[in-house]
Amino acid sequence: MFYREAGQFKATYEADSAKFPIFQDKLFIWFYLVIGFVAIPLLGNEFFLGAIMIPFLVFTLAAIGLNILTGFTGQISLGSGAFMGVGAYACYKMTLAYPEVNILIFIFASGIFSAIVGVFFGLPSLRIKGFYLVVSTLAAQFFLEWAFQRIPWLYNYNNTGAIDGVSRWLFGIQITGGGADRTAQYIVCLAIVVVMTWFASNIISGRIGRSWMMIRDMDIAAELMGVRPLYAKLSAFAVSSFYCGVAGSMMVFLWLGAAEPESFDYNHSFEILFMVILGGLGSLLGCFLGAAVIWILPILIREWLPPLIDKITPWVITSSTADLVSDIIIGIMIVVFLIMEPHGLARLWAIIKQKLRVWPFPY
Amino acid sequence: MELLKQIFIEPFETMYALPDLLLQTLWEGFVSGTLYSLIALGFVLIFKASGVFNFAQGIMVVFAALCLVGIHALGVPAYLALILTLGVMALLAMSVVQFVMKPLVNQPDIILFMSTIGITFILIAGGQIIFGGEPKAMITEELGLPTGSSVLEVSGGIVIFQHIDIAAAIIAAILIAGLALFFNKTKIGRALRAVADDHQAALSVGISLEQIWVVVWFAAGVVALTAGILWAAKSDVSFALQVIALKALPVLVLGGFTSIPGAIIGGLIIGFGEKLFDLYWGVPLLGGGTESWFAFIIALLFLLYRPEGLFGEKLIERI
Repeated sequence: MFYREAGQFKATYEADSAKFPIFQDKLFIWFYLVIGFVAIPLLGNEFFLGAIMIPFLVFTLAAIGLNILTGFTGQISLGSGAFMGVGAYACYKMTLAYPEVNILIFIFASGIFSAIVGVFFGLPSLRIKGFYLVVSTLAAQFFLEWAFQRIPWLYNYNNTGAIDGVSRWLFGIQITGGGADRTAQYIVCLAIVVVMTWFASNIISGRIGRSWMMIRDMDIAAELMGVRPLYAKLSAFAVSSFYCGVAGSMMVFLWLGAAEPESFDYNHSFEILFMVILGGLGSLLGCFLGAAVIWILPILIREWLPPLIDKITPWVITSSTADLVSDIIIGIMIVVFLIMEPHGLARLWAIIKQKLRVWPFPY
Repeated sequence: MELLKQIFIEPFETMYALPDLLLQTLWEGFVSGTLYSLIALGFVLIFKASGVFNFAQGIMVVFAALCLVGIHALGVPAYLALILTLGVMALLAMSVVQFVMKPLVNQPDIILFMSTIGITFILIAGGQIIFGGEPKAMITEELGLPTGSSVLEVSGGIVIFQHIDIAAAIIAAILIAGLALFFNKTKIGRALRAVADDHQAALSVGISLEQIWVVVWFAAGVVALTAGILWAAKSDVSFALQVIALKALPVLVLGGFTSIPGAIIGGLIIGFGEKLFDLYWGVPLLGGGTESWFAFIIALLFLLYRPEGLFGEKLIERI
């Protein structure tokens, strides 16, 4: 950025361990929050909020969940889609059972169910790691997907086999179900994401987060230094699935309004993994950047590519082909990023910031 | 009590009462087991030689089969199309090594694994753009594969053996024997095992890592093509096959990541297991459809007990 931290001295321990030690950074955060909470709801239309911002926030939260597991603890997981599903179904069942309780409480409570399931499927991680864990999380993915389809109690014996968001109100404004207010949904989503990001950043810089990173960097050494792998790994699975579960119930109740078992299939897990890789393993900022790129890029390509091809070449392509093109671009981006910048967009952003900081006299 | 009876007694009663059904199920399990083994074999080949866990193996199966059908649809004779498809797989192997493996040499395994997920996406979308997403019929007859079936009478019932299944088992056996010969008797095969053992030592005695990788990825492509043809001959060439190919992962876990016999035996265990479980326990107790997860759950339980697999090398870690 075009500002320097010169003259800002840290005189206390609090100042030293502050989230944003530089005054201008703090200013920017408040600036972004004002944009998020005030400017976007005022200026955004139904499409912008419903198709871009809300899904972006939902996926950001899921990406934070996966990043806690993969980026900070080093345990790769392909089951995040299913854990989102657990959250969604748990929230659905609870709000049907107790309709008078505030839906926000259930959105958070659904994360707890997801965490329990996550810990269960995380148990093998105590003995195995790396690729073997991929298999055990895929087991979670396929088993849970099957359970969503075949256990009628979960979708309340609906004929459609899908769950639909029931109508719930918050402060007199309808936030879930058909005809809900998009702006209100967006603000609720943003509030949840901001709070949970702040929470995540505190966990990560705390004792638990540091033990996760020790496990990631070298588990045997961490064990020798007194980190208990059992607690560290399982707590990472629990927190990660908690975040995914909350993201899942947000997805059904605040974004889609309804969901079928296929909404939580393994493609979803891949999408979230891509957000984490592209955004940057082990970075919270990266989750936002990755979710933005992976979610918004295909929308842009779908909007712009077919007319563009129509105009400059004799061929005509459909929007489904444009989707495939964006898949290819994302695949290529993944490979290129892994080669050029394994730490993803977050690292790129840090490099740009550093370059700007010393500009125009880099030496 | 009723539940216990349903779990422990009734399935066996059914097995005894209807031996033809049991035999038919076992045969189906055997056939799908061979195909799982074939897909898993592709994984093992690449993992042994380069330490890369190739997530794209499943889509390579689909891609190879699609290529074959697509080239044949242009009016090319079936055998020429087969050769051309081999050419495409060789090209794929070379470009993967050139553009992905070489720049990523010496990176952590997990990064290489993620890059193969990227390749998976490129191949899925690319395959759909080039060949279209709709399922296609495999050119079974044109390739000279049998299509009929024989019926065997067993104690009052009948068991149907599809000829293509028998052919599949034979072809798989030939392929595996051929690969074993290739690995053990040829110069390239020995170089390959040297690379698998120790990259740096292999480099220092003058083995070209790049060349070996191309050979391995091509071999995996050939295995993928074979698996694709045999599998698609039973159903269709479609992208749904890719999900089935993911079942090769639990097979690997059962057999061990570095063991070719392990891949074969693991494949057979999973094949038999999931068919029997679905018919005798899954349908009456759980409402069916258990084939999608049975293999994974077995692998999960197995991992808790023996993480290195049946035939895998025990991992010794040092700081």
